[in-house]
Amino acid sequence: MSYVDAAAVAINPRARRRRLLRKRFLRRPLAVAGLVVALTFILVAIFAPWIAPYSPDATDFNATLAPPFTPGHLLGTDELGRDVLSRIIWGSRASIEAGVLSTALAFLIAVPIGIVAGYYRGWIDPVIARATDVLLAFPFLILAVGLAAILGPSLMNATIALGLGAVPAVIRVARGEALALREEDYVRAAVANGAGDVAILGRHVLPNMSSTLIVQATLIIPAAIIGEAVLSFLGLGVQPPTPSWGVMLADAQSYVSQAPRLAIFPGLAIFFCSLSFNLLGDGLRDVLDPRTTR
Amino acid sequence: MGGFLLRKVGAALIVLVLASMLVFVGVRAIPGDPAIALGAENRDPAVLAAVRHKYGLDKPLPVQYLNWISLAVRGDLGRDQRQLSVSQTIVQRLPITLELAGLAILIGSAIGITAGVIAAVRRGKPTDYAATSVALVGLSVPHFWLGIVMIIYFAVKLNWLPAGGYVPFGQDPIQNLEHMLMPAIVLGTGLSAVLMRQMRSSMLGALGADYVRTARAKGLSEWAVVGKHALRNSLITVTTVLGLQLGALISGAVITEQIFVIPGFGRLTIDAVNQRDYTLLQGVVLVAAAGYVIVNLLVDVVYSFLNPRIRVAGARR
Repeated sequence: MSYVDAAAVAINPRARRRRLLRKRFLRRPLAVAGLVVALTFILVAIFAPWIAPYSPDATDFNATLAPPFTPGHLLGTDELGRDVLSRIIWGSRASIEAGVLSTALAFLIAVPIGIVAGYYRGWIDPVIARATDVLLAFPFLILAVGLAAILGPSLMNATIALGLGAVPAVIRVARGEALALREEDYVRAAVANGAGDVAILGRHVLPNMSSTLIVQATLIIPAAIIGEAVLSFLGLGVQPPTPSWGVMLADAQSYVSQAPRLAIFPGLAIFFCSLSFNLLGDGLRDVLDPRTTR
Repeated sequence: MGGFLLRKVGAALIVLVLASMLVFVGVRAIPGDPAIALGAENRDPAVLAAVRHKYGLDKPLPVQYLNWISLAVRGDLGRDQRQLSVSQTIVQRLPITLELAGLAILIGSAIGITAGVIAAVRRGKPTDYAATSVALVGLSVPHFWLGIVMIIYFAVKLNWLPAGGYVPFGQDPIQNLEHMLMPAIVLGTGLSAVLMRQMRSSMLGALGADYVRTARAKGLSEWAVVGKHALRNSLITVTTVLGLQLGALISGAVITEQIFVIPGFGRLTIDAVNQRDYTLLQGVVLVAAAGYVIVNLLVDVVYSFLNPRIRVAGARR
């Protein structure tokens, strides 16, 4: 039996590669820590209603601005007596939702466009390149603020604005990858064997750029998480009283002299959340892209 | 060289024209009738029609665009809701943001380039790990939160620096710098992290290159090898990255000015959105895009002077 397993492992190069990558990833403590913390944030966001000790909107006017470690309120309460810990836990939903969904949106739009530009070249490539340049001419936040103004302030619209803002950068990455992959021998062999475009793009080009795209995603997610906080802070994202780390920071600005901690905790949450994804992305890039591991 | 320049300028012009169309259409897509806003919320159909006629809003969109852009290239961006010239407002606010951005670039590149060089020279040593980790932290810290934390400690608790506001440089240079220091540090942090990472990787590349080995073989001191040969070549790449970071700087200025109550270009953008002042918003976004495109064109041209290989590769394409 063990003979069969060993043969399977030896024959299946994909499984071998996956095992090698896992081993290389596990040797990077910072990347593993990033993965663990990022997963924790995602789980907290999913299970917020069961984890949070209070409802995020539950006010207690007998305990406003309570300091941390007050019995029943580990991180204290805000100006309306709302439990800060509960609001941070619920606030993770807005951040994770905006971070993951906007990145997904950006990829859904940008990857097909980038592949078409890079794989087919011809007249379509310069057209897409110019269009990308035009979008890149707008600084990210100006674009996001403008889109939020057009669409109106809400979490969904902030997510859409952040996703659209990330599109040009992803197009460039996908185009560059497709450009390189179309010259690969296995793609040429597939063309020579008469494979259709859909089969080539779906079976050869897209899977082979997936590692680059995964790395790119783990680096766009933290930017989007910070972007959501910024838009919500400016009043262009999540609307109060819905808890969001950006909204909490905006509220805390009025209390910096009385209760500066109100501004500290949500900021730390944003920081650790985006740091974890950045660490994960850096680690994945080192593992998946041999060019950077010299 | 002439052909290269012409091609670059031509491409930038096309991008600018398309960007201006996008701005125009985008602002038209904002919900709400601009005639109602311009006519002081008067909803009388006769008044609205008069307002539309006065501002040319009754003409077809392409005609409106041509009217707007032909005035814009002559420096007239129209009048905002308070009937103030948009161009003049921008000219007043822009220097404030340019000062902020200039100081941020100064702080960011001083820290970023130094740290990057040290990290590359001491690759794999604790100094390298420390610098690399600090850069990663700098990338993940939300700037606006860093600004709030700095206000809490340096303004509220220690009372060293003002929490916000702006004093023109001509009025009182010392006070001006006092007000600008914290915002410039906040804005420079992210930049220094990006520059440090870029500097480290290009220095590592340079230090492994043949000309550095030759320089060492000639018996040059380590200082001369690092400072004269490797550093100079790495700075070329870093200049380009600095140009690309301009967008991030403008974005950063928007939020930094909001926190430190600086009446600059970034704050003007947010004000335009919040007051639903479409003419103002249109002008501000156009200027931001134009500035970004022009700076990147300049960076491209400077880069091609510093690195002739780009020019050749560009011509072959």
